[in-house]
Amino acid sequence: MNIIQETYQSLSLVERMVAFVVLAPLLGGLLAGIDRKLSARLQGRYGPPVRQPFFDALKLFQKERVVVNRAQNFPIFLFLLFTVFSGALFFAGADLLLTVFCLAVAGTFLVLGAFCVGSPFSHLGAEREVIQMMAYEPMVILVAVGMYQVTGSFKVADIAQHQMPLLFHLPGVFAGFLFILTIKFRKSPFDLSMSHHAHQEIVRGLTTEFSGPALALIEIAHWYENVLLLGIVYLFLGSNPLLAVVMALLVYFLEIFIDMNYARFKWQLTLLSSWLITAVVAVPNIIVLSTLR
Amino acid sequence: MAWFKRSPWMIHYNATSCNGCDIEVFASLTPLYDLERFGIINTGNPKHADILAVTGSVNEKSTQVVKNIYEQMPNPKVVVAIGLCAISGCVFQDCYNVLGGVDKVLPVDVYVPGCAARPEAIIDGLMKACDVLEERYAEGKAAKRRVQGL
Amino acid sequence: MYPLIFLVLFPLLIAFLALALPRGLLIKKVIGVLANAVLCGVPVYLLVAHLGQEATYYQAKSHLVDAAMPLIEVVIAVYLIYVSVRSRRYLPVLLVVLQSVAILAFEFTGGHTLEVEHNLFVDQFSIIMALIVGCIGGAICLFAFGYMPEFHHHYQEVPDRRRYFAFLLYLFLAAMFGIVFSNNLMWIYFFWEITTLCSFLLIGYKNDKPSQDSAFKALNMNLIGGVAFAVGLVYLYNASHVMELDKVLGLDKGMVLLPAVCIVFAGLAKSAQFPFSSWLTGAMVAPTPVSALLHSSTMVKAGVYIILRLAPVLQNTAASKVLTMIGGVSFLITALIAVSQRNAKKVLAYSTISNLGLIVACAGVNTDAAVWSALVLIIFHAVAKSLLFLCVGVIEYKVGSRDIEDMDYLIMRMPKLATCMLIGMAGMYIAPFGMVIAKFATLKAFVNESPVMTVILAYGSAATLFFWVKWMGKVMSIKGGASLEVVEDRVSRWEWTTLGILAAATVAVCVAFPFIAFQVINPYLREVFGQAPIVDTFNVYVILILMISLWIVLPLGLLYYRTLGKGIRTVATYLGGGNIDDVSYEGAMGKVGEIEIKSYYMEKYFGENVLFPVGVYLALTFVFIMFGVAAL
Repeated sequence: MNIIQETYQSLSLVERMVAFVVLAPLLGGLLAGIDRKLSARLQGRYGPPVRQPFFDALKLFQKERVVVNRAQNFPIFLFLLFTVFSGALFFAGADLLLTVFCLAVAGTFLVLGAFCVGSPFSHLGAEREVIQMMAYEPMVILVAVGMYQVTGSFKVADIAQHQMPLLFHLPGVFAGFLFILTIKFRKSPFDLSMSHHAHQEIVRGLTTEFSGPALALIEIAHWYENVLLLGIVYLFLGSNPLLAVVMALLVYFLEIFIDMNYARFKWQLTLLSSWLITAVVAVPNIIVLSTLR
Repeated sequence: MAWFKRSPWMIHYNATSCNGCDIEVFASLTPLYDLERFGIINTGNPKHADILAVTGSVNEKSTQVVKNIYEQMPNPKVVVAIGLCAISGCVFQDCYNVLGGVDKVLPVDVYVPGCAARPEAIIDGLMKACDVLEERYAEGKAAKRRVQGL
Repeated sequence: MYPLIFLVLFPLLIAFLALALPRGLLIKKVIGVLANAVLCGVPVYLLVAHLGQEATYYQAKSHLVDAAMPLIEVVIAVYLIYVSVRSRRYLPVLLVVLQSVAILAFEFTGGHTLEVEHNLFVDQFSIIMALIVGCIGGAICLFAFGYMPEFHHHYQEVPDRRRYFAFLLYLFLAAMFGIVFSNNLMWIYFFWEITTLCSFLLIGYKNDKPSQDSAFKALNMNLIGGVAFAVGLVYLYNASHVMELDKVLGLDKGMVLLPAVCIVFAGLAKSAQFPFSSWLTGAMVAPTPVSALLHSSTMVKAGVYIILRLAPVLQNTAASKVLTMIGGVSFLITALIAVSQRNAKKVLAYSTISNLGLIVACAGVNTDAAVWSALVLIIFHAVAKSLLFLCVGVIEYKVGSRDIEDMDYLIMRMPKLATCMLIGMAGMYIAPFGMVIAKFATLKAFVNESPVMTVILAYGSAATLFFWVKWMGKVMSIKGGASLEVVEDRVSRWEWTTLGILAAATVAVCVAFPFIAFQVINPYLREVFGQAPIVDTFNVYVILILMISLWIVLPLGLLYYRTLGKGIRTVATYLGGGNIDDVSYEGAMGKVGEIEIKSYYMEKYFGENVLFPVGVYLALTFVFIMFGVAAL
């Protein structure tokens, strides 16, 4: 158990960031592949090999570059850059709130890229993506706030080394976070803005007008983001690293399971249910913690 | 590397078919035949697709559309004509509105016969299409190298 | 002391020159440019001169001023009564009479014994406000040179009173300088009333019914604030015999809490917080320089300025917590309403009220970290919001509409203007620009003190994100394959210069942020609180890296994609295969249709008529609680 913590502490800041930048896409792609394999098995079919996402990305890089207008791929590049930077910040142990804001900026760039294309499907996907962002943003900020209230620090390094499991003090926050994690992972019932793989929604939603390398970059950015999100889940049990890793994986499998079971919600239900769950489950947690101090 | 063979994404377009071949295409995606184990995803978006699977013959209206979709696909791409109507128009080839098979409008690479084409045949055809994709890609790269070399 | 007096009197001189000199003289433009340069330069001089120094107080006694002020106040009161009676509106008459009675009664009873030690003062906070008023105010006056001819061209029926307009703008600037440099509360009240008057006259400039209605609504609400201010001053003097800001801060809280709450209430009215928000949204009928100057960067900042100054008096009382809630309610509800607004100026107005609500909430919390955030918010908001208002003003005439839905493809139709707008919008909500630094700091300031505000901030920033991204996307959308008429070549040079200055200022303020924080804001906080918030240096580095890399990557990337990206094949957008070109398609029965792309406004959930009353009722409740708690 301590091996994880010891390795982490032995690396310097820059080394941690580099490790994330190099390892996260591999891990993220593998997770995506496990997702597809598991979904297939749950549906009674064989499914693609676990390394399939890597094949997809590599194939996409080989495709011809086709654009609708010349400016559309630049925001995608910024989206990738900011997502990687947020993840690097997180795993380097920096300020959690800064990570959250950075991630929000990254999401903004993706949306702006989809908006600037001027296509109806893309625009609709972008609008829904912004609604999704609006739906999960309060909860994500409250996660950071909740962790601060328990550990006294916003820094990921401090939170990860806190002696008590945060889960005991933050059950409501954790539950709320699990709810909106479905939105962040873009799984049914909350995959309104862009569809992954077999799902379809308004053609391809956000990613309709992107092809080839740009699409591969979006995929890879999502892998980075998924690893970052599982990292945040890890923090809830940071005092016991092995258990935390197991829990993160279990949460991922739970998301896949929810994906398989639910049909897509409408945006009204997405927005209202997210805000309502945040208010009912997470806010009391925060208020109780603040009165206890 | 043979990435196209590992991850060919398909877009399916129905020109004037009776939907019989369409149903067979979708049946191939169901757990019984499971196209996804080859990495094939049915994307509805030409810009994401490598393989254009066309069912049904073409008429005046669908000519424009099928050309439009073909243009929006990035290279390398292949066209698969599924079902006899897509191959030649079959029993409808003398109708006043039918132009004939898809190859009257687009360069078709793989023909999958049948009325309706069986899922096994469709899968076989798509696998052949992957090989053609790889060839196309290699040709494209060689052509680019020649252009740059000159 | 002389720079302070100069800053108050010089705009007054320019105002009279603007009124007196006939229109169209070249010398007027020269004077205007020189005057604005001076108005920028003197606050900068003050900044440099007072760097690292503590607050300095000046006696600045003048019998002339002491005699003139009540006289001018009476003149203003009479004029307001006259104008109200002439328009057959009687509420202003009542309010003016109440105010005048209070002040006159004071002058003739306690006023004799009034001994003021220091009338003027300057400290870092005043200098920040002076910089905003001078630089941004000056830039906006410059903008008006180019804007007003176009305004009158569009509204032929409005009588051309441009000299009077310029007079009012500079008079207003003088009054603002007066507010931020006065230590004598009676002087602050005097200048406050002048800003009310200027706002009323400027909103009603167009002289048609909607303008008059809005002007009187603004007048009523500001007068209600004014009455509270006057009553507060009278009470204050009777309770403590003190009329100076610095001395009030040192008094025993029990004595001065109620008057302080009265003045804070006046500040709430002036900053258009709930329940007074409707005057600001109505004031958007005014010409754009008015909206930019009064209703986003300066006059409404006067309200939060006085609240921030008096916040130490309310500290650790229940009234302070209620003030935080009023700010929080204003912040959240207006952020939600802005989601549903299509009128660009209304979106900006609601966004302004939202940010001011956040500043008020910070004032209520009143820790060093909270006031730090408030000051940062003031600076960044003033710069970015004025830029946005001016851009919308230009767009209104070139595109012909204030509706966001008509700003499709703006980046193709007006590239330079769209770029300015994008800079302004980015400045409002994207990291690493100022507003996000401010939100970041605000969250950290609230997290220890007020969990409810933390939650409100979380929800509010989500809503804020939504409407800014939506608008940015609209401006950035590109119509493939088409060439649209570029309509921005007819924008005047005055307007371009100002937009360029403000866009550069938005960037400069971000880059100069560490300097501003450490050299200007922190010394002020050390004076008031004895400590300044300790900033995590790692975070500062990260934010700086983000900022610098964005400034490098953005232009380089755009260059790359425009030049090197030429060989890429372009195709049409996906329209189901029925493309005729990028925006039209052949539909059923061969009918040709054009795509129409509209954004989500969600009026059912976030509509003004749904949420606005909620805000008003909540805030009214809190206002009553605040007064009740202060009175006991």
